[in-house]
Amino acid sequence: MSTSAIVMMLIAMLVLWGGLAVSIWNISRYQGEEPEAVQRDL
Amino acid sequence: MSQVVEHSEAHRGAFSSRKVFILAAIGSAVGLGNIWRFPYVAYENGGGAFVIPYLVALLTAGLPFLLLDYGLGHRYRGSAPLSFRRTHRSAEGLGWWQVGICFVIAVYYAAVIAWAGRYALFSLDKSWGDDPEGFLFGSYLQAGDPGISLDFVSGVTIPLVLVWVAVLAIMALGVQKGIGAASVVFIPVLFVAFIALVVVALTLDGASTGLDALFTPDWGALGETSVWIAAYGQIFFSLSVGFGIMITYASYVGRRSDMTGSGLVVGFANSGFELLAGIGVFAALGFMATAAGVGVDEVATDGLGLAFIAFPAIINEAPAGALIGVLFFGSLVVAGVTSLVSVIEVVISAVRDKFEMSRVGASMAVGVPAAVISITLLGTTTGVYVLDIIDHFINRFGILLVAVVSMLALSWVFRRTGLLREHLNRDGSVRVGRWWEWLIGVFAPAALTFILANEFIDNLREPYEGYPTWMLATLGWGLAAAVLLLGFVAARLPWRDTTFLGDPEIQAREEERTN
Repeated sequence: MSTSAIVMMLIAMLVLWGGLAVSIWNISRYQGEEPEAVQRDL
Repeated sequence: MSQVVEHSEAHRGAFSSRKVFILAAIGSAVGLGNIWRFPYVAYENGGGAFVIPYLVALLTAGLPFLLLDYGLGHRYRGSAPLSFRRTHRSAEGLGWWQVGICFVIAVYYAAVIAWAGRYALFSLDKSWGDDPEGFLFGSYLQAGDPGISLDFVSGVTIPLVLVWVAVLAIMALGVQKGIGAASVVFIPVLFVAFIALVVVALTLDGASTGLDALFTPDWGALGETSVWIAAYGQIFFSLSVGFGIMITYASYVGRRSDMTGSGLVVGFANSGFELLAGIGVFAALGFMATAAGVGVDEVATDGLGLAFIAFPAIINEAPAGALIGVLFFGSLVVAGVTSLVSVIEVVISAVRDKFEMSRVGASMAVGVPAAVISITLLGTTTGVYVLDIIDHFINRFGILLVAVVSMLALSWVFRRTGLLREHLNRDGSVRVGRWWEWLIGVFAPAALTFILANEFIDNLREPYEGYPTWMLATLGWGLAAAVLLLGFVAARLPWRDTTFLGDPEIQAREEERTN
């Protein structure tokens, strides 16, 4: 692989997979309110 | 929780947690297009340089539109028609238009899953022999001339029936026990299977040649309008936004859930999976090109050609070809089923809300006719042509058009984006600024309108793929127009007296104050 291809692959990985990791970390800090009971649709 | 919301959730169903909702939303977003469309779009539009317009499109149109759908469904807590109806009496038709589009998509999407399932089995003994293209159109699909025939092909019909039985079983089980439980199992399986596929593909001779072709940047491409159009188109079609799915799913999440943080996870998971698909697919194409002694440009392709012609050729040549086949086609099936479930849920949820039907009753009332039409139109020797035309037109003049119209209507006619922004910010971990309203009201519709106008002109100038005019007029333009018209006709049907048509959030707050 050429150097420019390797660099662009790493940038894409860093931004997209890094963005996913950061967004998962973000919601894991913030629990919010979960439903009290599992709803069974009727 | 207030009585109104509690009552509503007891009847409509709900995801048991935010995690289940996120997995279901990822399951919807990650579909066939992530695997067979993104790699080629990126390769054709600047290679490594495509990362830039792709990210710009994700941040300026994809994620903002995803949050609009989340805000709408979460605030108004209904299917697409009910959520739009609760924003304004005149808006309901937009929801039914989306419902009609989803019904049409479900009809043909199931067929591709059936083909992929059959091909997973074909991989075991490489049934396609040395001529995968001849096998696909000849022995397998038995494709005749374009038209509509009733000559059924058992190799397609039987797996198609099985797909519908499985999907209807999931739908009948309900939001949590069906959709939620399936997503909790299928999404991790999909990611693990695809990572395994990528690892195997990277060990093939010539994998680095394929990756080089995919990631070598062509900076000159950034100056071309078509590249930016491709980026916005890819993001838009990939995220499952604009046609009711995310509205419906968001209505099943707890009232005080963090929707903005969830949206970021879904958006980046979808794009992250696309990148993974790009690496796996181009590593395999690099192997194919090296084995054939040709350039990657001669073997690179997308869609049905990539899945059912190029991959069988790769499986023929590669060590552990059967394993690659099972992982690849198995991934297509899993990604397809979780997306199909979300598409058909838009219709079932709408029917349940409007007619106050039971979960099982609505699943059968929607699913059985959809399955019968699907098997009748797609299980025959002309199924591949029907699929190609409907897919082409409903994506452009269905999904894209309703997305533009609904964004503009919510922003400028019904003026609900300010309210939805406040709603998203109330419990959101990531704040949405006023800029979001401009992206939704001006920038994203402008970008999508540009794409739509280009498509409209192209399709008027040249009949799509040279199909007979009557087929394009009925299955293409006619079906797209019929869905729109029927949507606004359906909106005129009265709601049940017991259906609450006000703003459930206001009602819930009033009840909280009273209590």
